[in-house]
Amino acid sequence: MRNRFMLAGLAAGISLLTLGAAQAVEIEYWQYAYETRVTAMDQLIANFEKANPDITVKQTTFPYDDYQTRVIAAKAAGQGPDVLQLFYGWLDKFQSGGVLQPLSPTAFPHDAIEADFFPIVTAMKRGDDYYGLPTAVRSLALFYNKKLFEEAGLDPSKPPQTLDELVAAAVATAKHDDAGNLISEGITMDMAGQDHQWWREVLTRQFGGVPYSDDYRTVTYGQKGGAEALQFYTDLQNVQKVGQAGFMDEGQAAFRGGMAAMTIDGTFRLGSFKTIDQFEWGVTELPASADGTRSNYASYFANGIGASAQGEELAAAEKFLAYVSSPEAMQIWLDVVGELPARKSAAMTDANLADPILAPFLKALDYAHTTQFVDEAGQRQVAIDMANRVLLEGQSPADSVAEAATAEQAIIDAAAK
Amino acid sequence: MAQGAITDGTAPRGRVWDRFSIRTKRVIWAWAFLALPIIFYGWIRFYPTFQAFWISFTDWDILKPAQFVGLENYDKLVHDPQFWKVFRNTFTYLIVGTPISLLVAFLVAYYLDRVRFMHGFIRALYFLPFLTTAAALAWVWRWIYQPVPVGLINGLLSQFGIPQQPFLKSTTQGLPAIMVTAIWAGLGFQVIIFLAGLRAIPSTYYEAARIDGLGEGAILRKITLPLLKPTTVFLVVFSSIGFLRIFDSVYNMTSNDPGGPLGSTKPIVLMIYQTAFSSFDMGYAAAQTVVLFTILLIVSLLQLFVLRNR
Repeated sequence: MRNRFMLAGLAAGISLLTLGAAQAVEIEYWQYAYETRVTAMDQLIANFEKANPDITVKQTTFPYDDYQTRVIAAKAAGQGPDVLQLFYGWLDKFQSGGVLQPLSPTAFPHDAIEADFFPIVTAMKRGDDYYGLPTAVRSLALFYNKKLFEEAGLDPSKPPQTLDELVAAAVATAKHDDAGNLISEGITMDMAGQDHQWWREVLTRQFGGVPYSDDYRTVTYGQKGGAEALQFYTDLQNVQKVGQAGFMDEGQAAFRGGMAAMTIDGTFRLGSFKTIDQFEWGVTELPASADGTRSNYASYFANGIGASAQGEELAAAEKFLAYVSSPEAMQIWLDVVGELPARKSAAMTDANLADPILAPFLKALDYAHTTQFVDEAGQRQVAIDMANRVLLEGQSPADSVAEAATAEQAIIDAAAK
Repeated sequence: MAQGAITDGTAPRGRVWDRFSIRTKRVIWAWAFLALPIIFYGWIRFYPTFQAFWISFTDWDILKPAQFVGLENYDKLVHDPQFWKVFRNTFTYLIVGTPISLLVAFLVAYYLDRVRFMHGFIRALYFLPFLTTAAALAWVWRWIYQPVPVGLINGLLSQFGIPQQPFLKSTTQGLPAIMVTAIWAGLGFQVIIFLAGLRAIPSTYYEAARIDGLGEGAILRKITLPLLKPTTVFLVVFSSIGFLRIFDSVYNMTSNDPGGPLGSTKPIVLMIYQTAFSSFDMGYAAAQTVVLFTILLIVSLLQLFVLRNR
């Protein structure tokens, strides 16, 4: 009997101790390493800790290439983070693998989420549950180098608005040496960058096709639009000779170095392009097709709650997630990283819509599509290979697109199994 | 001795110990000491190896528990065109890379052996790349191979009016371009080993041969090469294994599209890495690993057999 009392006393003591620990609960936040994102998150954490002195947040980052591996390995070892960032396209894998826990509908009511955020937030929903909320959303636009435009006799206040004007501007700005080698690109060609999104969701639609069925389980770009879009894209290198895959390794590097007049990239590049001081650059909406069709690709990284968070840690994690998805956090993220707020009210402010750099990205959110990837890296590789077969092996765009459609369908089918 | 004290009181074990001869006891002690590294080595090396064999028969993807699927992964492997491509690439690295690197290393060592002027300095220059991190070397070469206006080789070519070469961006030039860097990076080590082998041949043989009136070519064929055989065997095996396991230079030189355009430079290890850590298909990756293990084993045994001392 005495022993039992002692045990009870001990248990009470321990629970008191843990209560004491709850006064300073520490939660762990994971994201991939990208300078501006880490800086922005440091600011958010500082603000959050000031408002919640009983919670400390520890930020851990990993290189992008390693990030998914780390998350999955940590889950396998039972030591995952409490709050973690994930690309919307990884959700299938993370959710089925038990990395994430569903957001509690009391802390994050669904009708509020759906009313306040841009509709693409539904890509974080599986069944009846949301598994994460974005701080920022990203879309694509055409960046152009005003200095190179002027040198080529183009008006830097009138960037190209249609695909024909795009080609004309690229032809005017591309530079070649005496031997005909390209020494400065009219437009960058980088399928491994954002060009595969441009081809998939934008060009394919502009050439009369639809890339996928509505549920993104069937590849349809092989039927119509895809081949014409690839023809247009590869002609930039093969016929007009205004761009070259692999020029200066990456499209963004060529643009940054002032060796490319135009490049297609996302909001996430704003932060790093802001440090360019050799030339002025501008942003415009992705060019429309001849009949005026516009399209864009929107995506986002969301923050979710790790499956292992329980008790006070879960409560702290919910508080932190609510803060990083708040309008205040979104403004900080916009100022530091340059990504668009994920809440409509925070994004569509008069100031943002009057901003010459942000406006093209914001307008794009009206007509953007969000590809539902099952294996983002694998599906991107299919697009890279597709372009390479035309550029390097001389395969016809129609054959190459057909081959790509088969390969991508196989990836989607394998994931559904 | 302490053992005497123990055996007196107790246990048949003690008496058994006493019955051993000193020689047997020594052997037992030796094995007792050796057991420690063997157990440790077995635990960190052999256990994972056997585990990999087991995983190759499952569909393990890290997140969900593994299910036994029999030979499904091997069946998939045989019907995967990508696998046969990397298989071909790997053997191209091996079959072209090993002889060329040995030939170049031997020529350098053979002539460097006769150079007295700044011998140490030149030798250090050859050895330097071997000391440098493979990733750093790969990134420097990546820049050297760029098209104009940044690339070094293409810059030179265009000054002489020679057309640009795509190098790493090409499906045909990519693999040779990477092989050159791999050979260059390993050259210093092979040169040093060959030099040591050459120095180990007694000079009296050469003197005798010269007195008998043998020419330089004959000396090379009759004396130098046969006596260098142990060195050559070592380097052939070492360099073959290196080429079969080539990874870091390929990965770092083509990190935008790992394995080069259309997988034209992808070796088997890179495919294993991508299957395991991009697609998280551990079972399939383990099956590929088992195949690589078998190839390494066969190639090594074959070379030891062919080049054995008769």
